[in-house]
Amino acid sequence: MNKRVYFFGTCLLDVIYPDAGVSAVQLLQREGRTVVYPQTQTCCGQPAWNSGYREEALRVARAQIGLFPEPIPIVVPSGSCAGMMKTHYPELFSGQPDEAQALAIADRVFELTEFLVDQLQVVLRDLGEPITVAVHTSCSARREMGVADRIETLLGQLHNVTRVEQAHKTECCGFGGTFAIKQPEISAAMVADKTAALRETGADRFITQDAGCLMNIGGALDYQAAALTGQHIAEFLWQRTEPEA
Amino acid sequence: MSSAFHERVVENLAKAQVRGNFRRAMDGLMQHRLDQFPDTAELEHLRDEAFAIRAQALSQLPDLLEQLEQRCTDNGIQVHWAETTEEGNQIVLDIMQRHAATSMIKGKSMVSEEMGMNQFLEAHGVECLESDLGEFIIQLAGERPSHIVAPAIHKSRQEVARLFNEKFPDIPYTENIEELTQAARKILRERFYAAPVGISGVNFAVAETGTLCLVENEGNGRMCTSVPPVHIAVTGIEKVVAQLSDIPPLLSILTRSATGQPITTYFNMITAPRRAGEKDGPREVHLVLLDNGRSRIYSDPELLATLRCIRCGACINHCPVYVRIGGHSYGTVYPGPIGSILEPQRSGLDKLGELPQASTLCGACGEVCPVRIPLPRLINRLRYEAVRKDAGTVKGAGSQRKPAEAVLWRGWSWAASHGGLYRLAGQVATRLRRLLPSRLGPWTQVRHAPKIASKTLHERLKELGVDDK
Ligand code: SF4
Repeated sequence: MNKRVYFFGTCLLDVIYPDAGVSAVQLLQREGRTVVYPQTQTCCGQPAWNSGYREEALRVARAQIGLFPEPIPIVVPSGSCAGMMKTHYPELFSGQPDEAQALAIADRVFELTEFLVDQLQVVLRDLGEPITVAVHTSCSARREMGVADRIETLLGQLHNVTRVEQAHKTECCGFGGTFAIKQPEISAAMVADKTAALRETGADRFITQDAGCLMNIGGALDYQAAALTGQHIAEFLWQRTEPEA
Repeated sequence: MSSAFHERVVENLAKAQVRGNFRRAMDGLMQHRLDQFPDTAELEHLRDEAFAIRAQALSQLPDLLEQLEQRCTDNGIQVHWAETTEEGNQIVLDIMQRHAATSMIKGKSMVSEEMGMNQFLEAHGVECLESDLGEFIIQLAGERPSHIVAPAIHKSRQEVARLFNEKFPDIPYTENIEELTQAARKILRERFYAAPVGISGVNFAVAETGTLCLVENEGNGRMCTSVPPVHIAVTGIEKVVAQLSDIPPLLSILTRSATGQPITTYFNMITAPRRAGEKDGPREVHLVLLDNGRSRIYSDPELLATLRCIRCGACINHCPVYVRIGGHSYGTVYPGPIGSILEPQRSGLDKLGELPQASTLCGACGEVCPVRIPLPRLINRLRYEAVRKDAGTVKGAGSQRKPAEAVLWRGWSWAASHGGLYRLAGQVATRLRRLLPSRLGPWTQVRHAPKIASKTLHERLKELGVDDK
């Protein structure tokens, strides 16, 4: 029997980038994993948690932790949602009756690129045309999850993919969830600098593992009518390595 | 939403020249720090050590303060306690008046900024002169520091040159940093000999020996604390450490994190006034220990971490928000991430509740903090305190709770905790996507609105036969 993994798709992928979610699931399946996607999953609760609405976040998080009863990995195609479940659930549930359950969940959470590299040791075969990409690693993947190099490892396996580096690569793109709405001018200044740095590289595409960054940077590039476009790592990997894709 | 903070942000974001100054300066500081820590393992080890020293000191704070007072007194340093900045200022003024002093010269001290000491003393007829070059520059310009380590960092070399030329027309115009520094030194040197009182801050106060440590680069700190007949040191009560052996690791990580220097040019350890038979040094040394809200911070087991800070400024240097809006936008003495947690706790979330919002929680600050203050977590905590319903521990807790916003979150929470319903709502959104607005307030001023997909991931995976359990 195939090994089983849970997939937590995240709210942004659900309605905005479902293709990336499908690709992530297909990547896992290709590696021989049976993917389980509980249909009543919604959101990790992060938006409310980061806005100070802890009760509201707890309620949403509580509705999620019951959905993953088997002691198998939970793969999340986003650094920030994975970071929420792994590092903030323990704080959020601290002192609650279901704290132990939340801790057990946190323990089994993996960000997608982390899972592909560390747990599955995937070997990728590049079938695509030559392309130049710039990587934007989300701050949560980098600093909360500590997995910034996994996306590079995966792209490094694709022989037709050239990676270029933008200036201030490790700096935040200015999304920050509700920050983009609450501090629109600062957010705009940040994404303006991020898009300029990315465009400066001459890359054909920028790749990231977080839908938030993709929406922010991609939306700004789109607004600027730039030739540069963004793509979620899952979708990019799937398209380049699957003959049928 | 137009607050004073917001107005300053908009104004400062528009200043291309100043933004360029900040970017270049912060890039330099970040690179210098990085160069100091080629060995990550050593860095992390040193951070552990510095964290442990500071955490340990805070856990014994009342005892250490008592010990510090005892040792200082034994050594002949006169110790004063100030609960508020008003009290602190009054203590300083009283000492000055006892000596009929009408002027003072000061080394760099953020606590004196916190006290608004210059403004207070000047109102009482005391002439105040800043002797740290950066502080000297902003005093000339009539401004406030924009950074806790480099107060005039927002100014370019050319701006400083023009300022000097305007204030000291006798000195030939120069944009050469070395020459500008020399000019300032010459002006200040004479003043050191004339000043009846020298004022300084304190980087670490050692309880074991009653020693006040002062870290600096220009030698002005040493002049302030050794030339005038009276020296008054002001510091926050959290600056105490247990023993002398705590100093080398703290000093090492402080200077390397702050300016990327392996060690500063000067490191002063002050343990007593001039003793009988000694030829120099002040005849009187005073230490003013300021609380100003620190005890309140101390009483919260999580927020207490705020007090571990050794004021290196690394969190500020690495903050993507600070580098864009600059130090003056915050409108507080301490800017950047440390300011956004410290200042609202001191002044109240009702006054400064916006500051914890001025962060993307990107974590760059927490990643570099030499004493491992979990800055993003504390920012998050203050956001919670700002909107909580019940009484919190922080001043002004609950003051930022807006009914309309609270209702939105409650609605969201309800929907997102009912999975079946939520899934349906997602489906409806995808079907109505063409009817959804393409303009979403501030988001779409610089970005296109995200495009809703034609089908949700829930639906797609169901169609692909992915198991539900
Ligand atoms: S919070 Fe940490 S990084 Fe920031 S100034 Fe204090 S010690 Fe330095």
